[in-house]
Amino acid sequence: MWTSDLPPFIPFFVAALLVLVTGGWLRGAIMVLTPVVGGLHLWYDVSPGITYTWNMLDYQLIPMRSDRLSLLFGYLFHIAALLAIVFALQVRDTTQSVASMLYAGAALGAVFAGDLITLFVFWELLAITSVFLIWARRTEKALNAGFRYLIFQVTSGMLLLAGALVQIQQTGSLAFEFIGLQGVSGWLIFLAFGIKCAFPFLHNWLTDAYPEATPTGAVFLSAFTTKVAVYALARGFPGTEILVYIGTVMTCFPIFFAVIENDLRRVLAYSMINQVGFMVCGVGIGTALALNGAVAHAFNDVIFKGLLFMAMGAVLYRVGNTNGSDLGGLYKTMPKTAMLCIVGASSISAFPLFSGFVSKSMVMSAMIEQGHDVLWLALLFASAGVFHHAGIKIPYFAFFAHDSGIRTQEAPLNMLVAMSIAAALCIFIGSQPQYLYALLPWQVDYWPFDATHVLTQLQLLFFSALAFVWLNKQGLYPPELHSVNLDAEWVYRKPLPAMARLAYRSATQMGNNLDSISKTGLKWLGNSLKRAPLSGYHLASSWPTGSMVLWIAVILGAYLLVDVLMM
Amino acid sequence: MHDPKKKQYLFDNPKNVSRLLGGFYVICGILLLLDFVLHRHIGHSWEHLPGFYAIYGFVACVLLVLIAKELRKLLMRKEDYYDVDQ
Repeated sequence: MWTSDLPPFIPFFVAALLVLVTGGWLRGAIMVLTPVVGGLHLWYDVSPGITYTWNMLDYQLIPMRSDRLSLLFGYLFHIAALLAIVFALQVRDTTQSVASMLYAGAALGAVFAGDLITLFVFWELLAITSVFLIWARRTEKALNAGFRYLIFQVTSGMLLLAGALVQIQQTGSLAFEFIGLQGVSGWLIFLAFGIKCAFPFLHNWLTDAYPEATPTGAVFLSAFTTKVAVYALARGFPGTEILVYIGTVMTCFPIFFAVIENDLRRVLAYSMINQVGFMVCGVGIGTALALNGAVAHAFNDVIFKGLLFMAMGAVLYRVGNTNGSDLGGLYKTMPKTAMLCIVGASSISAFPLFSGFVSKSMVMSAMIEQGHDVLWLALLFASAGVFHHAGIKIPYFAFFAHDSGIRTQEAPLNMLVAMSIAAALCIFIGSQPQYLYALLPWQVDYWPFDATHVLTQLQLLFFSALAFVWLNKQGLYPPELHSVNLDAEWVYRKPLPAMARLAYRSATQMGNNLDSISKTGLKWLGNSLKRAPLSGYHLASSWPTGSMVLWIAVILGAYLLVDVLMM
Repeated sequence: MHDPKKKQYLFDNPKNVSRLLGGFYVICGILLLLDFVLHRHIGHSWEHLPGFYAIYGFVACVLLVLIAKELRKLLMRKEDYYDVDQ
């Protein structure tokens, strides 16, 4: 139908244009067909090793470079786009429809980019297109969160561009291959990837903005941005040791916030950082098993995290909020959504036969194989914690717990269809992992289902659940409360604006003071001059400039006259 | 349409809740016992401890929740904290 070196983002950008000028069922059909046709094309027509280059000025840009790594993310993003589009079919909002098509296209553009400039272009497009999915909520909170999100994302892009330019100057090459932490360019690009990956202290754009997005927008957001960053890290920085430590911190700290957070979509945002942490660890370890684990976990995470965001999106759509404190008992009126949410929760918790299990275990195994004993214990702690906050908390407080008395309707059909496909994929990949393993970029023999592994994982999870039951029965479990929890964002949301306001106020004050000081001084001068003996003289009256000029002219004139007469 | 107040849902009946929990406790017990029957591969020295994963999972989660609860004292603010400028 079309050539195999056609960059996969093009169908999405064309579709975005068509979406702009169509409406109703035709628009829906175009949106659904784009990822289906594009995905089939990628699966059947595009093999590893295809590149398409484009010469611009003296530089060779590569908008299309396929290998097993980029193809895996290519398949993934088509699946994710399809799920999110079906989930959002009832949305009648041109802004969101166009933005989501462009956003999915930008993600595909980024993973098939063969050079850093092309990568930069799509990196920025990801930011600019996705922010509309936040702003489309059309609340003041969403508007402000969107601006903060954009500042982070654009900064990341600027760092990437700066790194790329330094690299060109030093090596003459634009190619996006292994980068490593050598020199300024390596660090700049690392930081750029790190912001998009939500490294600790650079992570709040995610927990700030995703929960403010529209119910359907959050599903798109959860799929693309952070996974593009994981892809970029896996290509540019495999085996970079610092990533193992960064990743471990990312798995551990968000679970504390997730336990006390009330907004269940923000809980999911924190658990997303936790899951990305496992991937970052895998990239940092850098063995074939670990890298496969990292990208396989990215693959699974997009689907199960998408499913969880869809379930919470359906609740938000029907009930109007996702606060743990206000929900409860929704299983009575949304039983299908509840069941599908439990499938997503089981997958993220890595229950055997669900998708998280077959990929997270690769990273865990690689961690212990490389002798990172303490870090492995930390990851085990984080695994138990995931189950606690995402696996139990999300479904429990939304659908069970105390009956909030809310009686609503089941989610719309298209949402149920999207969630069902995602749930089916979670179970399929979890029980038949060989199909996913066959797609992984590196060659490894790995099989997750041995007796030790299954037993230990079940023990870990069941006794974590036992802890939840026990804490609840003892009344020790912290209640869900309307609140805000301070995080690193506090720095730029409280003291920095306060300092800016203070600086503004002091500057204004200083200006006013100077004004009044100079006015008082002049007044004093005027007054003392008035008291001078000469002040009675008519030349000293107010506005003396004119009369002074006149008198000077008279004097000069007289001088001239005298001069002429003397000749 | 019948009155939703009269409709009995699955977990409105406390018996069903205790059945579910009962089944859950039994599974926990079986999993712990299996630890003594099956031979596990050992990767980390702590894994020699019988029931290591069960203990670790339980203790980890209790600590997680108790620490998070203490963190609330430090971190929790009113919902409009960031909306108020002064």
